[in-house]
Amino acid sequence: MTMPTYVGMPAFPKAARAAVADTRLRGNLAHATGTIRARRAAAVAELDDWAELRAAGKAIKDHTLAHLAHYLELLEERVTAAGGTVHWARDAAEANAIVTRLVRATGETEVVKVKSMATQETGLNEALAEAGITAHETDLAELIVQLGDDRPSHILVPAIHKNRAEIRALFRARMPSAPDDLTDDPAALAEAARRHLRAKFLSAKVAVSGANFAIADTGTVLVVESEGNGRMCLTLPDTLITVMGIEKLLPTARDLEVFLQLLPRSSTAERMNPYTSAWTGVTPGDGPQAFHLVLLDNGRTATHADPVGRQALRCIRCSACLNVCPVYARAGGHAYGSPYPGPIGAILSPQIRGIGSEVDASLPFASSLCGACYEVCPVAIDIPEVLVHLRARAPKRPAERAAMGAAGWALNSAARLAAAQALAGRGRRFARHARVPRAWTDTRDVPVPPAESFRAWWRRTRDGS
Amino acid sequence: MKIALFVTCVNDTLFPDTGKAVVALLERLGHRVAFPPAQTCCGQMHLNTGYPGEAVKLVEAFTGAFEDCDAVVAPSGSCAAMVREWHARLAARSGRERLAERAAALAPRVHELSELLVDVLGVTDVGASFPHRVAYHPTCHSLRMLKLGDKPLRLLREVRGLDLVDLPDAAECCGFGGTFALKNADVSAAMCADKVAAVKSTGAEVLCAADNSCLMHIGGALGRQRSGVRVAHLAEILASTS
Amino acid sequence: MTARDDILARLRPAGGDPAAAYAAIPRPYLRRHHENGLLDLAAERIADYRAAVHRVTEADLPAALAAAFRPGAYVVPDGLPAAWTAGIDAARLAGPDADLEWAAGTVTGCTAVIAETGTIVLDHGPGQGRRALTLVPDHHLVVVRADQIAADVPDALARIDVTRPLTFVSGPSATSDIELSRVEGVHGPRTLEVFLL
Repeated sequence: MTMPTYVGMPAFPKAARAAVADTRLRGNLAHATGTIRARRAAAVAELDDWAELRAAGKAIKDHTLAHLAHYLELLEERVTAAGGTVHWARDAAEANAIVTRLVRATGETEVVKVKSMATQETGLNEALAEAGITAHETDLAELIVQLGDDRPSHILVPAIHKNRAEIRALFRARMPSAPDDLTDDPAALAEAARRHLRAKFLSAKVAVSGANFAIADTGTVLVVESEGNGRMCLTLPDTLITVMGIEKLLPTARDLEVFLQLLPRSSTAERMNPYTSAWTGVTPGDGPQAFHLVLLDNGRTATHADPVGRQALRCIRCSACLNVCPVYARAGGHAYGSPYPGPIGAILSPQIRGIGSEVDASLPFASSLCGACYEVCPVAIDIPEVLVHLRARAPKRPAERAAMGAAGWALNSAARLAAAQALAGRGRRFARHARVPRAWTDTRDVPVPPAESFRAWWRRTRDGS
Repeated sequence: MKIALFVTCVNDTLFPDTGKAVVALLERLGHRVAFPPAQTCCGQMHLNTGYPGEAVKLVEAFTGAFEDCDAVVAPSGSCAAMVREWHARLAARSGRERLAERAAALAPRVHELSELLVDVLGVTDVGASFPHRVAYHPTCHSLRMLKLGDKPLRLLREVRGLDLVDLPDAAECCGFGGTFALKNADVSAAMCADKVAAVKSTGAEVLCAADNSCLMHIGGALGRQRSGVRVAHLAEILASTS
Repeated sequence: MTARDDILARLRPAGGDPAAAYAAIPRPYLRRHHENGLLDLAAERIADYRAAVHRVTEADLPAALAAAFRPGAYVVPDGLPAAWTAGIDAARLAGPDADLEWAAGTVTGCTAVIAETGTIVLDHGPGQGRRALTLVPDHHLVVVRADQIAADVPDALARIDVTRPLTFVSGPSATSDIELSRVEGVHGPRTLEVFLL
């Protein structure tokens, strides 16, 4: 259970400190998330039955997760019957080894890629590079990230941390075909990317993709996208290798009627995304004639085994939770130390990777529990609930454990609480010098305890009356 | 009506005036207020910091203290939400089936102050007077867990002399989040700074909320900046008659 | 133990009969958000994506298509109704095996239209061509018959065989990857024109 590119990430608070101090980054994030928030709200408000769609989406995913082994076997049977080949990977290393072997078998040394969270998670590009295979990211934002030797910071818009001027500078420096008079108009930048990738699409023999959904009872796989780079990769090469988390399943094609409404409106705030491609195995005379589906566990079965944490596997990667999260908007995506940033990342990463590393132990605490994420989640993942659940599992410092134990002891008895209050009241003159953490006092005044607690006042004025 | 006050540990210890205001307000409206003396804390801090074992003991203490009461009022959206949304769930997950049943039976009788006034007592004009310009911050748990909606605003609109101004981006979290403010101090402070800027942009003299913990956080920053804006709990404004 | 067996073993046991549990999933959402005026709705919603919408009779279709043509050849898939291109200069039309990179555009039919979302669904059967045909050329002209218009996503899916290769098209290709500001025209056809019969 590894995400190789993120080994040794610092804990969230430390990584976030630098981001909070970066005013340009905060400006980019505030602008982008502010824009999409309002648009999502409008797209959702257009449907009177959003609450019912959301409940159905949750129910379908919960049902699928409850019978996941059954549906995975069914999917395998149907994909195979339709001319595809199914592979199973316990972890990132196994998935990368399978893909590397499949690419090598074609004799190719280059692949084109459609944006895929699963292969970000496994660090596939790095693994392919070690095997002498170059992976070309074709999604515009992924291309921006790849050209900049950068890391994605958002699920939908991986280069959200960069503004147009930064992207123009990057294209001028790293994209040989970029024109000298390239402006920072997003349309001009998109045109430059189109020209850069066109030849690659037309000559590519092997593509690697992720999947948004797979239909168990037909063996159909779907990719939802906007730019057409997905269609290029899914249509033009001879060989298609799709890496998909085992939780992406839907039982039947009918379920798409729910998810093709929930996903675009939550994600890009559109009634429908520009392009959705669906394919079932191979179709003679149309598209890749070799199709491989790699089913990836990488910590998902462990997440599945936790009755509270399992709901994180309902996620359809829309990123609505990132766009409304006040913590994400200030800390940015990189602080989460994972391809899955924001609220969903804070509950997904520590579950699929285990809660052992410094960054993973800190992620469940990277939230004020404001609940904005749960409110917008199209499959009703109660992210605050899972955060609280994971906090209980996170390793604790002995000093904190002792303090919380003492507080619990004092609060568990009215008499002990009254005694503690009396002590605080008598010491109030010294309260300003009390050992309140600097983290609080740096920017905020500390309340001075009153001379008399409420219960003391009540006893003095009311009791016996 | 006899109403039991769950003052909450934070109000009890740091903000007794809020508790006194609730008593004054409800008595002015002709109700009797009781203060079950065994009460302490709802357990939210322990739960949210990762100590559900400690929290469930407090669920038991709370349930024991209040289960004989017909109506309980808490001048804190966050604590009321903890009781209503979490107590039974937490007890059940801790294997305490009987406690879960008791907590579930009690939960519907526990109300945040504006819920008690508007939904249970059916009053929006509580006869208060507060001639000041006021901005209202809805606080996350009041807004999203309790779904108070415009109940606090309906109460504030009926207060004599009160000039209620819109707070920009009101639904944004202030960044308190209990121990979040300490564990993620930089992000918390950045969120608070934006909330403070929004408050100052309204020209309000007073920032009102239904939760003193959020007000302590925002008020601490308003005070440090010598902004001249003070904070007041909803109960204190509704109790005010001068 | 193989990876497959390992993964499946970790997910078991699951209780109950999946088929019965699946059938019991409540689906209280709407089958459609609009009942009437679907042609107008489809025209409006397709146009919202900045795709050009033409409402024509079948008799006027060839002239309307020819008027939309840019310089160069237009690829015509097998199975496209001959009446749609009747009278168009044969030199402007190319068969499905033409070099797509040098074609100016493509003329196709479709399988269904989702009025609510302004989406055109292609199943790449007769009259639509293999997927590359509607992908590589820069100008896609789609002809839609009124009876192909479905009110909404559930209605449309009920008309479609998902085991065919499918492409759902909502406007021209687009990206919001730079500051989340929408730009139309990236890798797919940069111009989409829809002819509603």
